[in-house]
Amino acid sequence: MDEDKTGTGTTETNSFDSRLAEARAKRGLDRPADQPNAVPTDMSAFTVFFRVGIELVSAVLVGLLIGYGLDRLLHTRPFLLILFVVLGGIAGMVNVWRIVAPAPNPGRKS
Amino acid sequence: MSGASSRRHRTLAARARVEEGETDVAGGHTIDALGQFELHPVLGSLGESLRFSQSALLMVIASALILLLLYVGMRPRAIVPGRLQATAEVMYEFVHNMAVDQIGPEGKRFFPFVFTLFSFILFGNYLGLVPGSFTFTSHIVVTAGLALLVFVVGLLVALRSQGFGFFAHFMPEGAPVALAPLLVPIEILSYLSRPISLSVRLFANMMAGHVMFEMFAAFAIMLGGIHLIGPVLGIAPIAINIALMALELLVGGLQAYVFAILTCIYLREAVAH
Repeated sequence: MDEDKTGTGTTETNSFDSRLAEARAKRGLDRPADQPNAVPTDMSAFTVFFRVGIELVSAVLVGLLIGYGLDRLLHTRPFLLILFVVLGGIAGMVNVWRIVAPAPNPGRKS
Repeated sequence: MSGASSRRHRTLAARARVEEGETDVAGGHTIDALGQFELHPVLGSLGESLRFSQSALLMVIASALILLLLYVGMRPRAIVPGRLQATAEVMYEFVHNMAVDQIGPEGKRFFPFVFTLFSFILFGNYLGLVPGSFTFTSHIVVTAGLALLVFVVGLLVALRSQGFGFFAHFMPEGAPVALAPLLVPIEILSYLSRPISLSVRLFANMMAGHVMFEMFAAFAIMLGGIHLIGPVLGIAPIAINIALMALELLVGGLQAYVFAILTCIYLREAVAH
């Protein structure tokens, strides 16, 4: 987080900024500011880790529920259940692919 | 509705189970890993008649603490913030940046919603780590309620900003029309799986962490019961529990972050044209 927006502030702000910069330089704290991407990539790696497995399972679960409900409604047990569980599995893989896929090329919408 | 009596019955049964266990297990204790998630009415007879459980109490405490942090923290309005003010500012800026980065310029509109969700879940996760308290995010009812809220808000925003063009998203662009009967159900299932994955992720992570706490704590008591070497062996599970506490601090913050950022991603898709 860089606080460069306060350049045109009062003298108090300016002196604070210069003192802060001095203190940061003395402690060697300005190195992380040079690579601001370090923390976000770490975070998104964690995000992917927590998302992938559950996306796969939850789509199958939704397929299971929908298939079971439609079967009870239409008395077609067990065909729709089978169909929707398979579709749910595919949807889960589509979800996982959307998480781990490289950024889509600009011509195409996700 | 005999909710109260059946609940009391269940608690009595659980207690009976524990008492039986005390007679047949050598260490004198059984592992009751799920007992910690039982709801009990608090605040005496008033809480009993209102069905006011410790989960609801912790939610009220979490909300009060958030408001208190923001109000007391921002009261000095100092240029050089103190600790409380810095905490409040960091939380505000973190969520604000996340909302604007993820959703775009329209993210400011949804910032209060995302901030509320993030801080509520974060405080819920961290308050649950205080010994003797309760983690309300470890109940799927709570997380499913939050996830459904996100889902419904996302759906309404999408319908409002895109109209019926929203339903065109269920057919991937550029795919042959002949594949529509296969692709449209898959896309619908993928869309409907969002609230489930959102709620199950938070609930499962929080519950698993607290079950592990309970397990290792029980191990410590069981090992401690062994003669002579017991107190020495019992140190191991306690050490693991300390490490687990560090892990849970990470997981609690991360799960709140994941929940908030996924809310942002879903809202971005909702406002995109």
